[in-house]
Amino acid sequence: MKVIQKIGLFLFLIGLGVFTTIPFLGTYELNQEMVSANTKDIHQEKMLEILTPIYDQSYSSNFQFLSAFNQEFGNYNDALKAEGKWDEVIWDDYSFSLGKAALSSPVKDNPWLWMFLSIGLAVLGGLLYNLPKYKDEPEGIKNNGIFHSKMKNRGWLGMLTGSYLILFYVILYWFPAYLVNLVAMVDPLSMIFSGNPASQWFLYGFVYTLAIIVMGIRMFRKYRGNKYQQLRTASVMFFQTAFAFLIPEILVLLNQPYFDFKNIWPLDYDFFYSYQLDSFLSGGSVGMFMLIWGILLIIIGVPVFTYFFGKRWYCSWVCGCGGLAETVGDPYRQLSDKSVKSWKIERYLINGVLVLAVVMTILTIANYFSDFWLLGTVTNELHNFYGFAIGSAFAGVVGTGFYPFMGNRVWCRFGCPLAAYLGIVQRFKSRFRISTNGGQCISCGNCSTYCEMGIDVRWYAQRGQNIVRSSCVGCGVCSAVCPRGVLKLENGPEEGRINELPIIIGNDSVKINA
Amino acid sequence: MNPNRHILIIGNGIAGVTLARHIRKRDSSVKITLVSGESKYFFSRTALMYVFMGHMKFEHTQPYENFFWEKNRIDLKEGWVQSVDFDEKSLKLQSGESLFYDQLVIASGSKPNKFGWPGQDLKGVQGLYSKQDLELMEENTKEVKRAVIVGGGLIGIEMAEMLAYKKIPVTFLVRETSFWRNVLPKEESEMISKHVREHHIDLRLETELAEIIDDGNGKVKAVKTNHGEEIPCEFVGLTAGVTPNVDFLRNSKLEVNRGVVVNSKFETNIPDVYSIGDCAEFQVKPAADRKNIEQVWYTGRMHGETLALTLTGQATDYQAGVWFNSAKFLDVEYQTYGTVPADWKEEEFQSFYWEHPQKKVAFRMLMDTKGAIVGVNNFGFRLKHEFFDKAIKEKWTGQKVISSLRKANFDPEFFAPFYIEIQKAFLKEFGGDFKPEKRSFIQKLFGASV
Ligand SMILES: Cc1cc2nc3c(=O)[nH]c(=O)nc-3n(C[C@H](O)[C@H](O)[C@H](O)COP(=O)(O)OP(=O)(O)OC[C@H]3O[C@@H](n4cnc5c(N)ncnc54)[C@H](O)[C@@H]3O)c2cc1C
Ligand code: SF4
Ligand code: SF4
Repeated sequence: MKVIQKIGLFLFLIGLGVFTTIPFLGTYELNQEMVSANTKDIHQEKMLEILTPIYDQSYSSNFQFLSAFNQEFGNYNDALKAEGKWDEVIWDDYSFSLGKAALSSPVKDNPWLWMFLSIGLAVLGGLLYNLPKYKDEPEGIKNNGIFHSKMKNRGWLGMLTGSYLILFYVILYWFPAYLVNLVAMVDPLSMIFSGNPASQWFLYGFVYTLAIIVMGIRMFRKYRGNKYQQLRTASVMFFQTAFAFLIPEILVLLNQPYFDFKNIWPLDYDFFYSYQLDSFLSGGSVGMFMLIWGILLIIIGVPVFTYFFGKRWYCSWVCGCGGLAETVGDPYRQLSDKSVKSWKIERYLINGVLVLAVVMTILTIANYFSDFWLLGTVTNELHNFYGFAIGSAFAGVVGTGFYPFMGNRVWCRFGCPLAAYLGIVQRFKSRFRISTNGGQCISCGNCSTYCEMGIDVRWYAQRGQNIVRSSCVGCGVCSAVCPRGVLKLENGPEEGRINELPIIIGNDSVKINA
Repeated sequence: MNPNRHILIIGNGIAGVTLARHIRKRDSSVKITLVSGESKYFFSRTALMYVFMGHMKFEHTQPYENFFWEKNRIDLKEGWVQSVDFDEKSLKLQSGESLFYDQLVIASGSKPNKFGWPGQDLKGVQGLYSKQDLELMEENTKEVKRAVIVGGGLIGIEMAEMLAYKKIPVTFLVRETSFWRNVLPKEESEMISKHVREHHIDLRLETELAEIIDDGNGKVKAVKTNHGEEIPCEFVGLTAGVTPNVDFLRNSKLEVNRGVVVNSKFETNIPDVYSIGDCAEFQVKPAADRKNIEQVWYTGRMHGETLALTLTGQATDYQAGVWFNSAKFLDVEYQTYGTVPADWKEEEFQSFYWEHPQKKVAFRMLMDTKGAIVGVNNFGFRLKHEFFDKAIKEKWTGQKVISSLRKANFDPEFFAPFYIEIQKAFLKEFGGDFKPEKRSFIQKLFGASV
């Protein structure tokens, strides 16, 4: 390792350390004004009363504050529940907003400084580490040492990283109140973009985007000399930064609905939820445009683009989950399971999620247009379940936290309902395939090993058969790592795309296939 | 033929395994057994280097999952065959166990050449062919300050890359005037030699091994070249080619020359005994541009495909198609289609050669005196097998090949269109009534520069 890379690694670790420490800093002191300012009108009176015992008390950590808060709040709700007074129970969780208000910390006082010390140093370190990679070496992809690595082959470093990510996601989704310090740190940035203070989602989006950019730059180094890899990486970096991060924030600044123009139902599972529809329908012409745009993407965009280019146009060129998988997740791509058994599990799971998403959405829409006459609030529970199990646990915790255990596309492969939909189109009506180059395959297995979707590419390549699989996201890495030039991602005529009984050319003794 | 006969195959390499699979596809009742001492399950020998370099784990080199064999009722027997009794139709394993067969196929592959160099059996000196060799190499390269590789072929360059991965300085002794010059024409060979040196590999041309020197404890401490130079080293890789692995069959009724002697149906001199793959030696070369012993992956597979027809009732001669091959020299991919010898006479062939001024990208096409294509070499970019198989079989003119070169391109999307430069160069040198291809809109937009 070059000195500059070592410095980079050091800075990155400092940044990460500071980032991890920040939630534990500062003190919390709540007062009545804060409660009035941060609770809904219908709850205000009650909340002011419930929290009386903790006013003007100074708590020295988020644990202490939240445990006091939860105790008072929980006592109140528990009593009501015990008496069966369900309609008086306060279901809204105010711990995050009140925690953020109650906080006073050096981070809140000096947010830019702390942002530099945490996220800033991590980014800087990441760049210093990645940029000098492979300098002065001839072009070519080097997977050297991946299976000897403690990070990339489920060694202790990988386990540690995975556990950290899982913990981060669990806190982010279910205990965001513990992260108010970090969120307060990015407040000024959020103010610049959207004119509003940050939520935990702003923090997440910001870190997510930076991670894609830094690790995208790593991709440029790793796959130098491979134009396909460079372009698609640039593409996901662009779509994440512009479409997923900046544009929605700016829309809010302009008093328009928050909207990610490239997020497509059913990945964007709440697209048809009542509050979404309300915000589109009340958003004037812009809101209407968003609604129509979203629907057009679903019914025309997906099938047409997938017909011409395969699902890759979305999964490895546009999508945010794909973007993270292809950049941050790239070092772990070889950990996907290639067995026939996992292929079977994959088909049940992913199509199951698709069915679930479709059923849920149909019920939601029907309910919406019948003015909640049809199912009342039952859809809410369905939404809660889906949001918890699929949206958060599967897509987030498992989807990203499991990179170091099961590869970088766990969510995309086993869970994403949009991938299932794109995949069905790709498998049955598309011009996309991976062609194999006659008899040139030596069955080495590089392609299968580095296929993040767990496709046994070699199985097809060695028998001279095109690869037409619903799960293939067209990342092109199988083609990039093949040492014999056997694989080519192509769009072409549908005729002859699926060749079930190929003849491997080069042997004139065999005239027909067995 | 007895439908329940027992076909026994010695060797579970690509030849033996392809044979077994294809027999099973065509015949569901015969009993098939694959015997091998190297490993129970078939693996890809060509991928050994990637295991060493941490690109893959050993299990990734196995093309079929373990359940595949049982599902296809192909029995696997682990063990070394010690001898075969052709009268009794039985063979004896090292463990003492005997196996009986109705039909026997010998597909026992190769072993590294050793030319009787003094010191060739010292500790730290080895070839690279088998799984065991790989394990030995991992052991042997643990504390090595310098390594020497003897013999500049494909396995030699792989070994050099493997050692470079471990940051072991390598001296590479090559007998020829440049790397693989006995196979590659001068320009290509020199380009690759340059690339080898770019990787800081100490390439010594026109240098042969004279002797390997003992450190007094049975370990190598240096080699001496034919120029009298002594190079200190703790590891010596012997990669001067391979030879059929058939010693266990010598001194029997079976006719064995360098390999097991076979006719064009892979039949040996003994009925019901066949041989395929690296270890088979054809009485008559399969084609003018082929050798009597074919020692590549692809031919092993084709032998297996072909013999499977014969063994399932459709007697078939091995008919060599248009030759093709491929390799990778460090970062530079190489493919070849048809015939391109290392040297030729001017009156025999016309040659067209293009090489990129900076990059390691090159293309050669040989044409006969009438201008018809006989073969191509391409480096640093990919060409389509199907295209050249057809062009060479149908004897397209060089001009026709070059004018439609875009269709032969197999590089990934957005890659630089080298074929345009090749077309320009061809027009300049040979003339012709076609125009070079134009860069497409996408190519211009994304600046895939040549
Ligand atoms: C490192 C390396 C890289 C290579 N790369 C390429 C390449 O890129 N492209 C290419 O075309 N070719 C390549 N080759 C050559 C190619 O691998 C061989 O041509 C091919 O494997 C031969 O196949 P086979 O089935 O004839 O024999 P093998 O693969 O050698 O299989 C024979 C099997 O029989 C077993 N056996 C032998 N004797 C006995 C016995 N007495 N009892 C029990 N079992 C026995 C052996 O242990 C072995 O497992 C490479 C070879 C090596 C070593
Ligand atoms: S990487 Fe290439 S040569 Fe190796 S198994 Fe895959 S297609 Fe075949
Ligand atoms: S088959 Fe190839 S292109 Fe498709 S997902 Fe796997 S590695 Fe990527």
